[in-house]
Amino acid sequence: MTASEQTIAKFENVHKTFPTIKVFDGINFSVSRGEKVAIIGPSGSGKSTLLRVLMTLEDVDSGNVVIDDQYLWRQHNGRSTRIEGRELRELRKNVGMVFQHFHLFPHMTALRNVTEAPVQVLKLSKAEAQERARELLHMVGLDDKVDQYPAELSGGQKQRVAIARALAMQPKIMLFDEVTSALDPELVEEVLNVMRTLAKENDLTMLIVTHQMYFAGEIADRISFFDNGLIVEEGPPSEILYNPTEERTQAFLKSFTQGNNTGT
Amino acid sequence: MPRVLQGLLVTVEATVVGMALALVVGLVLVIGRRARSRIIVAPVRFIIEFIRSTPLLVQLYFIFFVFPDLGIRLGPFLAGVIGLGLHYGCYMSEVYRSGIDNIPKGQWEAAISLDLTRIQTYRDIILPQAVPPILPMVGNYLISMFKDTPLLSAITVLEMLQRAKMIGSETFHYFEPLTVVGILFLILSLLSSVAVRRLEKILPKGGFPLK
Repeated sequence: MTASEQTIAKFENVHKTFPTIKVFDGINFSVSRGEKVAIIGPSGSGKSTLLRVLMTLEDVDSGNVVIDDQYLWRQHNGRSTRIEGRELRELRKNVGMVFQHFHLFPHMTALRNVTEAPVQVLKLSKAEAQERARELLHMVGLDDKVDQYPAELSGGQKQRVAIARALAMQPKIMLFDEVTSALDPELVEEVLNVMRTLAKENDLTMLIVTHQMYFAGEIADRISFFDNGLIVEEGPPSEILYNPTEERTQAFLKSFTQGNNTGT
Repeated sequence: MPRVLQGLLVTVEATVVGMALALVVGLVLVIGRRARSRIIVAPVRFIIEFIRSTPLLVQLYFIFFVFPDLGIRLGPFLAGVIGLGLHYGCYMSEVYRSGIDNIPKGQWEAAISLDLTRIQTYRDIILPQAVPPILPMVGNYLISMFKDTPLLSAITVLEMLQRAKMIGSETFHYFEPLTVVGILFLILSLLSSVAVRRLEKILPKGGFPLK
């Protein structure tokens, strides 16, 4: 196995139940270092929850979750427990997340949004953090917006700041949770373009939950189709998008080609 | 009159120190109440309920007259401001809580995703956004506390009312000193509520800005 094929994140027979629904019904899923995976599926199929578990925002009931060869969740006697404290925080440094609704800090300038965590968590000097933040904001095309507050930015600009903020922590895995779903249609491309640029970085692992099928097909090495708490089918985009074998995948994609393919 | 004004000074001092204490106590209590461990949450909730359900006067008596039996001997002023601080701290914790509950869950999640500690999250993310909207409420409690300070006369603090009573008992003229006290309370309370309303207008809408 070459270095680029090492597994960086893995779900082993993971179950999770919310009071009324089964979110994961025995999920097995793994991602290789540097891989770009698009996760598609109907709402409520558990695809966002998968990202939220990796970001330590959500618990699981049973099964193992492994990030970078360390257990985040480990099953013992039928129940899983999560690592805590310093270990948890160290593990979490590997993962960054961009949310559907941005969640920028509204009382901070774009620059401070991006420098906050590097200064507090990575203990960078303010000057160093600002230099890196400016580079990142340049990369996402927001040189002229560094001193603006989120309320002064458009949705697409906010989301690009949010991407820069997550990247500033230099994560190995970037999670994108329907990042263009809350945007006006004309602002979607500017965010997708940033993600296209990021996808060129070989070392960065990207997990992208999306409703943009064309984007998934273009950016992903692999597409995973989720439904009812299970991965129904996965494979290269050419297979999943144009030649799916499972009926449920076919039905889902069909519902997309019939009109609503701009995302929800 | 000068004696009443000296008392006014004590009253204002007690209010300011008591409020400063209440702000700290309230913050500690609200963070305790929102802690992840039930071992912390349960006693904190009990303390808040207990103090809010008993009269301030009883608490002052307790601190001043019962604590010495437990080996904690406090002067009247110190006992008084501790009583005010603890009592109002419990109310203040509820005020903080209303401010913190209004912060969207996404702010906490973003903080977790950036690996900020809980303390860093409160200090840099949550409180700067939660505090400005609650400042008017804090101002109202400040005025209530100010009006509660005459209770300190019960534990021999020489605040404004106590001095007026003393003047009355020496001169047998109660009308003048007590009227002066009433007017002073009125003036200061009115001025404070004007200040609070002013404050509401100038507060930053999106939280205290951090550059």
